[in-house]
Amino acid sequence: MRAAAIGYLLLGLLALALPWVGLYPVFLMKLLCFAMFACAYNLLLGFGRMLSFGHAAFFGFAAYVTSWLITAHRVGPAAAVLSGMLVAALLGTIFGGLAIRRRGIYFAMITLALGQLVYFVCLEAPFTGGENGLQGVPRGTLLGLLPLRSDRVMYYLVLAIFVAVFLFIRRVVHSPYGHVLRAIRENEARAISLGYDINRYKLLAFILSAALAGLAGSLNSLVLGFATLSDVQQSTSGEVILMTLLGGTGTFFGPVVGAALVVSLQEYLSDLVGGWVTAIIGVIFVACVLSFRRGIIGELAALRRR
Amino acid sequence: MAAAPHSSVDQFILETRGLTKQFKGFVAVSNVDLRVRRGEIHALIGPNGAGKTTFFNLLTRFLTPDGGQILYCGEDITLARPAELARRGIVRSFQMSAVFPHLTVLENVRIALQRRLSSTFHFWKPASSLAVLDARARELLAQVDLAGFAHTRAVELPYGRKRALELATTLAMAPKLMLLDEPTQGMAHEDVDRVTALIRQAAAERTVLMVEHNMQVVARIADTITVLQRGKVIASGRYAEVARDPQVMEAYMGSAEAALAGAPA
Ligand SMILES: Nc1ncnc2c1ncn2[C@@H]1O[C@H](COP(=O)(O)OP(=O)(O)OP(=O)(O)O)[C@@H](O)[C@H]1O
Ligand SMILES: [Mg+2]
Repeated sequence: MRAAAIGYLLLGLLALALPWVGLYPVFLMKLLCFAMFACAYNLLLGFGRMLSFGHAAFFGFAAYVTSWLITAHRVGPAAAVLSGMLVAALLGTIFGGLAIRRRGIYFAMITLALGQLVYFVCLEAPFTGGENGLQGVPRGTLLGLLPLRSDRVMYYLVLAIFVAVFLFIRRVVHSPYGHVLRAIRENEARAISLGYDINRYKLLAFILSAALAGLAGSLNSLVLGFATLSDVQQSTSGEVILMTLLGGTGTFFGPVVGAALVVSLQEYLSDLVGGWVTAIIGVIFVACVLSFRRGIIGELAALRRR
Repeated sequence: MAAAPHSSVDQFILETRGLTKQFKGFVAVSNVDLRVRRGEIHALIGPNGAGKTTFFNLLTRFLTPDGGQILYCGEDITLARPAELARRGIVRSFQMSAVFPHLTVLENVRIALQRRLSSTFHFWKPASSLAVLDARARELLAQVDLAGFAHTRAVELPYGRKRALELATTLAMAPKLMLLDEPTQGMAHEDVDRVTALIRQAAAERTVLMVEHNMQVVARIADTITVLQRGKVIASGRYAEVARDPQVMEAYMGSAEAALAGAPA
């Protein structure tokens, strides 16, 4: 426990120093946003054992909502990001409500189909800018006080939000609700026989996960200044699964490591090998899943327990 | 037993009428009429595949009956939802031991107690808010002789202890009607005795309907026995009556003396 606390402290200090050691703040922010996305996804997959194939819908649609509110309605960044998150939560309520009636692969298929639906809406709807997406989204001024144009200022804001989300997820998992969710994950039939309406608990996990995925997407679009179709695309849903599995499902820090790995590889490899980057990450993924099933952090934790 | 019950509702906590379940044309439970007297230990016996577990699944609505009716405390519960039934006091155990393997022993019992706190959806509260339940949880663990294992993960318990934990978790629900599916199955001798004593003790305040293969256990604690064969009730009544029933001897026991006198199951 003590070691973990020291580890987190060091990581925190490192995160504070990173923009000053020559790493691009925008790259770091993108990494944090995807780490947040993966943590949100892990809440569903790792702690709720529900496999969603459509999580890009929450990430991407929230990005559109935020960008649209800012460009078309001059809404401030805080309200725009919160609205994106709220819409994602709403979307999550609908998706979750439909998918949770089914188990396993059927659950996954429903989320996949709904995710595709959102993609088509974003492609065709009048306010999303079609193939181009919404470009040139200004970051504006936070609550009329803090201008966000500077990348470093924005970085610390994103970092603070990321830390808050990370701690929030820990709290959820260790809350009275989290205990019930864990019991449901371990043995659904037994949880039912103890009087729990398991679908309501699963739905709450789905909504929380969708809301946080939306927050990540909204922030990401604010950082980059655009929302595009690639945010809602099927491949983004795949990426977040990959990040989570790679880092370790059901661990707190695993998704962060997975996201850092995938985003870094994409960033550095795409300059070197172009389109091959997808194939390379795919191979790494297969190799990892075959050789260490629990993911990087999961395996490390297992080693330490021994 | 209740003093001078006036109606059948007072007398019988559970009643099924013509309960039937088919699996693709195969009738697993066939037209079963069963009444469970309030306060009794009622044993359901029958050979493998007789439909005992299926019958339990129907009672707790884990399966939907194809026909018939279930009355609990005089109310029709044929269409109720399983979690709702648990909250109304019908709590079951499972034939395959059902614990939450990666939760600690204490947490397992606490999950059953937690619903009373009405904080089960509170995702913002710390887990320490559950500590108020620990005293009661430990009491229940002490009852089943698991006090020393409170912080062991359930998966690490030996089999007999797991079943004891399951019983403690079921008792934590303070059920009115406890349905136990082979609570002593696969247990060592000492464990069987302990669990038997425990069921009898628990039954002082509630009704128990149990599936049990161990005839010694049945003989010792059951007030009423119902024998199921191929989905049908072939005999029901006091232990002594059922034991003498020629159909039961032939169909189930093979030899009445051998089985009912207490040969190992
Ligand atoms: N979900 C199911 N689908 C199809 N057939 C089933 C199903 N569940 C049970 N059966 C069949 O119904 C019959 C009764 O099974 P059940 O499990 O109720 O027997 P049981 O009396 O509990 O037996 P045991 O003593 O072995 O536990 C068996 O022939 C079984 O194969
Ligand atoms: Mg059975």
